[in-house]
Amino acid sequence: MAATQKDPVLVVVQLSGGNDYLNTVIPYNNPLYRDNRPAVGIPDAQVLPIDKNYAFHPAMAPLKKVWDEGKLAILHGTGYTNSPRSHFRSMDIWHTCEPDKVGTEGWLGRVAREYDPNKENVITVVSFGPSLFRALAVPGVPVACVAGPLEKYGFLPTVQERELRLKVLDRFARMYAPVVGSGVMEYLGTTGLDSLKGADVLKVAPQRYASTVKYPETPIARKLRGIAQVHLADLGSRIFYCDHGSFDTHAGQNPGHGALWSAVTEGLEAFMTDLRQHDHADNVIVLMFSEFGRRVHDNGSGTDHGAAGPAFVLGDKVKGGHYGDYPSLKAEHLVQGDLNPSMDFRSIYSTILEKWLKVSSKPIVGRAFEQLAFLN
Amino acid sequence: MAYQDDIALMAHLMRRAGFGARRDELEARVAKGYEATVEELIHPETQPPVDVYTLLRYHPAALLPGGQPPMGNVNYMYHLVNTKRPLEEKVALFWHHVFATGNSKVDNYDQLLLQINLFRERGMGDYRALLVELARNPTMLFWLDNNENHGTAVNENWGRELLELFSLGVGSYTEKDVREASRAFTGWTFETKIPRLPYGRFPWKFEYRAEDHDDGEKEFLGHRGRFNGEDIINIVVEQPACARFVCRHLYNFFVADEPQVPAWSIESPSDPKAIDTLTATFRESHYDIRSVLRVLFNSSFFKNARFQHMKSPAEVVVGSLRLVGGYEMPRPGYGDLSMQPSYMGQDLLNPPSVEGWHTGQEWINSGSLMARINFVAQLVGDPSLPGVRAIIDRLKAKGTLSPEQLVDGCLDLLGPVEVGADTRRELVDQAKEWGQISWDREVSAQTADKRVGEMLQLIVATREYQFA
Repeated sequence: MAATQKDPVLVVVQLSGGNDYLNTVIPYNNPLYRDNRPAVGIPDAQVLPIDKNYAFHPAMAPLKKVWDEGKLAILHGTGYTNSPRSHFRSMDIWHTCEPDKVGTEGWLGRVAREYDPNKENVITVVSFGPSLFRALAVPGVPVACVAGPLEKYGFLPTVQERELRLKVLDRFARMYAPVVGSGVMEYLGTTGLDSLKGADVLKVAPQRYASTVKYPETPIARKLRGIAQVHLADLGSRIFYCDHGSFDTHAGQNPGHGALWSAVTEGLEAFMTDLRQHDHADNVIVLMFSEFGRRVHDNGSGTDHGAAGPAFVLGDKVKGGHYGDYPSLKAEHLVQGDLNPSMDFRSIYSTILEKWLKVSSKPIVGRAFEQLAFLN
Repeated sequence: MAYQDDIALMAHLMRRAGFGARRDELEARVAKGYEATVEELIHPETQPPVDVYTLLRYHPAALLPGGQPPMGNVNYMYHLVNTKRPLEEKVALFWHHVFATGNSKVDNYDQLLLQINLFRERGMGDYRALLVELARNPTMLFWLDNNENHGTAVNENWGRELLELFSLGVGSYTEKDVREASRAFTGWTFETKIPRLPYGRFPWKFEYRAEDHDDGEKEFLGHRGRFNGEDIINIVVEQPACARFVCRHLYNFFVADEPQVPAWSIESPSDPKAIDTLTATFRESHYDIRSVLRVLFNSSFFKNARFQHMKSPAEVVVGSLRLVGGYEMPRPGYGDLSMQPSYMGQDLLNPPSVEGWHTGQEWINSGSLMARINFVAQLVGDPSLPGVRAIIDRLKAKGTLSPEQLVDGCLDLLGPVEVGADTRRELVDQAKEWGQISWDREVSAQTADKRVGEMLQLIVATREYQFA
């Protein structure tokens, strides 16, 4: 399926490590916030109020601008019942939509298979991170995984001479040609050729890219710039994925947590500005999530693994505002000291799938979930 | 020709029982003999241990690496790259695959490294004793919640996985057996942890709390008694299912790729006779892993299983680093280096779940394939690395090389690697573009070095090279 320029695009920014809800969307007028955060609470004078109840972390000024423009949806109390508080297991649940067993298919990999069952575009999904995120992994679905700078993406980057490189890659393609017989050699062949083709298509993106926007020198900003390059090149990519971390702030949460949010929000600001300047912003939304929130009471220097957290969706077509309820901080409402999730994360996925990506959500998330109003 | 066969067989043994070996080592081992090499490998105590003080001099943080990567990985990678007891490390990695314990929950690389050390020290001995040690291992107790397993409130996590994933496999026990096994392990916990602040982490210690143990009668796998944990293990290891399960794991890891573990209850082994042979040894030797490995490595089913195993990311990374050399000392960039297996889908000391990693073909996806090829290519393309230099020098000693000689020489010295006819034709066609290469003059020598590096890169990019 050839994608046109205005096909909806989803960018996922994964906040790995467990982002602290209470210091991200701060219930700054709630005395229980102060009681629970003697060590890592953000003083009143520093918070960035977004309304009379909630404030952002002082490092999130660029995101507050998006809020003020009415283009940021805050999804409260996201999670699922029986939160395991393990990084991996929790992330796995977000990636596979399987809270009760170990899932084998990623939710966005399923979307890619739905969009492009015949693999006509091997860069329908482009991931910027060191390894393949499980959210994207479905056997047989190609994903372009860009680990370093996009300019160097491809097989054998150390073979640099242009002519030799072309020849070597040509030979690579022939060495990975389909074989009759052994399943594993065939599988290797397909996988190799898919990645080769993906690298071939992607290499035009940095060449076509010209921008006056200056991105900060952070890993997340470099990844977002790569996403902008591919998106602006109109190569038909529909799903982008990247991550930043680690938000696992057991110790030294201040100032670590702020530095993480500065990097993320400043990177996103540059990204959205870049897209707008090129008139490529209105078909993009960004979903930000973390595998879990953190313990309500701090541990003297940081916070331990918790349950419910916030998720964010932003973009020019997003209806900004609060969605769902901030879970109660009252001791009797906490679950093992953690905020009790009030919104199943699959509601967010379902909404994005149905209203934005225009695919049927049930086969992807498992069953029907409440549709939220942050998209039309 | 016979000598070349010996080299190829020894290379196979060293890839499987270790992480590969350079040509000079293979030659020395062939001179020593195959069976003698197997004996040396299964008796690691005959070789010196890794000098951990060199690591600590450069990376003091690798001693107690805490909960954040990569210092725990640096410590582990340093051992893998430097060990002179390759099978000891390989067996430790094997048990890490089976008794998969991860930092995602443990949040403590100090403890995970201690567990790997347990596998080094006990991994080739009595499997029954290893299970008992595992049941007392505080890292495992925490990982599988046995500290929450109380006489008054049973937690089945450890009890279940002991039977399902560590000894018998699905289908060889009932839900009641899980319950009863779990009851028997009530009271097996660790000492109350000393808070991390202000002095840092303290090692975890096993503790048996008799007052928290359910001392009542249990009925387990047809036996009845007031069983404690060790009694359960004694019953478990006598089950025929246990011998089959452990030996199939050994076969899958050391001989040839089997279907994924969860399928074992429905899919029979690809070589049932081999499993029977191993199983018989396991029982006769009273669960002695060393005896089983001796039979395994000397068997014809092992010797005939060349390139029937997809290299795991750990094998890719460690094997390459040992081949090219230059990474024996910790050096800048070791942190990122030690994370390379995770970029290819195997985060050491942090498996995805207690089920461990899916192996074989499932190591490969479009991202991981590119990551592994590029990592290895970058190393073998660097003639400043001693192992690459050694390959070049051996080729150089042959004088002027025709395109075929270049290809065959490189294939030989990288393994020997066996490639299909189509692959070889592509390699030779590329070499033909370069014509003959020689080192007789300084200018041509530089070009020849470069061509060898490029040929090595092309070879490690082949499908065939992904197998061991």
